[in-house]
Amino acid sequence: MSLLTRTAGALHRRPRLRLSLLLTAPLLWLAVLYLGSLTVLFVSAFWTTDSFTSEVVKAWSTDNFHELFTTPVYRQVILRSIGVALAVTVLCAVIAFPLAFYTARVARPRWRPLLVVAILTPLWASYLVKVYAWRLILSQGGLADWMLKPFGLSGPGFGLSAAVLTLTYLWLPYMVLPIHTALEQLPAGLLDASADLGARPGRTFRSVVLPMVLPSLAAGSIFTFSLSLGDYITVQIIGGKTQLIGNLVYSNIELNLPMAAALGTVPVVVVVLYLLAMRRTGALSSL
Amino acid sequence: MHLSRSARIALRVAAGFGFAVIYVPLLLVLVNSLNPDRSASWPPPGLTAHWWSVAWHNSGARDALWTSVRAGLGATAIALVLGTLIAFAVARHRFFGRGTVSFVVVLPIALPGIVTGIALNSAFSTVLRPLGVGLGLFTVVVGHATFCIVVVFNNVVARLRRTSGSYEEAAMDLGADTFRAFADVTFPLVRSALFAGALLAFALSFDEIVVTTFTAGPGVETLPIWIFDNMTRPQQAPVVNVVAAVLVLLSVVPIYVAQRLSADTATASRV
Repeated sequence: MSLLTRTAGALHRRPRLRLSLLLTAPLLWLAVLYLGSLTVLFVSAFWTTDSFTSEVVKAWSTDNFHELFTTPVYRQVILRSIGVALAVTVLCAVIAFPLAFYTARVARPRWRPLLVVAILTPLWASYLVKVYAWRLILSQGGLADWMLKPFGLSGPGFGLSAAVLTLTYLWLPYMVLPIHTALEQLPAGLLDASADLGARPGRTFRSVVLPMVLPSLAAGSIFTFSLSLGDYITVQIIGGKTQLIGNLVYSNIELNLPMAAALGTVPVVVVVLYLLAMRRTGALSSL
Repeated sequence: MHLSRSARIALRVAAGFGFAVIYVPLLLVLVNSLNPDRSASWPPPGLTAHWWSVAWHNSGARDALWTSVRAGLGATAIALVLGTLIAFAVARHRFFGRGTVSFVVVLPIALPGIVTGIALNSAFSTVLRPLGVGLGLFTVVVGHATFCIVVVFNNVVARLRRTSGSYEEAAMDLGADTFRAFADVTFPLVRSALFAGALLAFALSFDEIVVTTFTAGPGVETLPIWIFDNMTRPQQAPVVNVVAAVLVLLSVVPIYVAQRLSADTATASRV
């Protein structure tokens, strides 16, 4: 028997061996390299920095977190970031719902797959290019100014609202897709039944459609919320002087890594809390 | 649901508005690449293809493109191997902690990029620097591979779940050994899912900026980093415009190919 055949036989007889061969390399990569780095980072949030030399002092202390919750600027930025993430989520939901309703239930069935592709395609367009597009739109004398001029108005320029608009644009497809899928799977019989029982479309929408779509809306919101909360590039490009958590993390990396790590735990904790809250709606199983 | 005529019209209008919001910015990028002017004021004073030829000869953009391609290929190769291994383990075996494994795979893409970025950055500088290895293209590849694993995993695991293991068992009953069954039966079944996963992984790496910022050594500049650095320089604006337009055009490719390859790919895999 050749070596190859014998190896094959040995592998076939020992599923545990097969499993460990499959898992060793990926788990070394993910658990040791990735989770290891993450753990060290979060442990280092409890270290401090010598303010004179900028050297990291590896002594356990909760100073960073104390500073995080007592410094007004930090508190303000954290609240602002959560507010931005919520605003983006609401805006995405408001734009996505009618769009998904159209692609899933109003458009001709023949066109539906094509419309889904039309929503998906910009998802794959470069993140930076999409932010750049909004930089073009909102720049002075740009498309926004030109469109609003006849009404005697001008575009919002760069700032907090520009950041909210751009983030909404970036994450919109993540909201449209789950809602579209949920609406498409709504059994038509259920809607007919509701109508037969005397419900007007408005009532059917409130009592039948909305409750069934809610988990998918929550699933989409996980993306819009967490992606907005961690972002700092968009704000840097288009947000003017606005600062979000990501920007604070970024500006602390060079001089005070422990503080940056402590700040970095904020979006992680908030996202985990958000996930736990959304789990109650059944969102996680419809991801 | 029986919608009234006015409700249908309202929905059509709202959907039209939604699609306009999605596509106008991308179209603007395309038109703006033909803008002869350095400013982004609308409407452009004319149209010219001049900057396309200037951009074609721009060495900075070319080098950055080449760096991005190398980083993407390296990360894709690693992610392809690791993602497939995990997919086979999760789909074909039952073991303690299986749910945790699927969770850990998603984590690098679920956590904010800046957290992953600085975690890897400080790990690299504490572990690699004493060994005399600095940050460079290699560390970018390692960083990208970490979050690309999930797209390969998602694609392959979806395919494996839909194709039962009985095909392999049948092959083995007919006398094929483990390797033969893999080569003749399993691999052809998952091939297109592998290809789609690889394509999506490459696209994800090609587009990444945050993790790259923290893992790239001096002199390593990927295309997104190049765009980011040059975006605010008025002198470079026309070239940035062209590069952005090229990227918009290129983004159609992965979605088209992935869509053709397997229906379960494109929708699920990025998320």
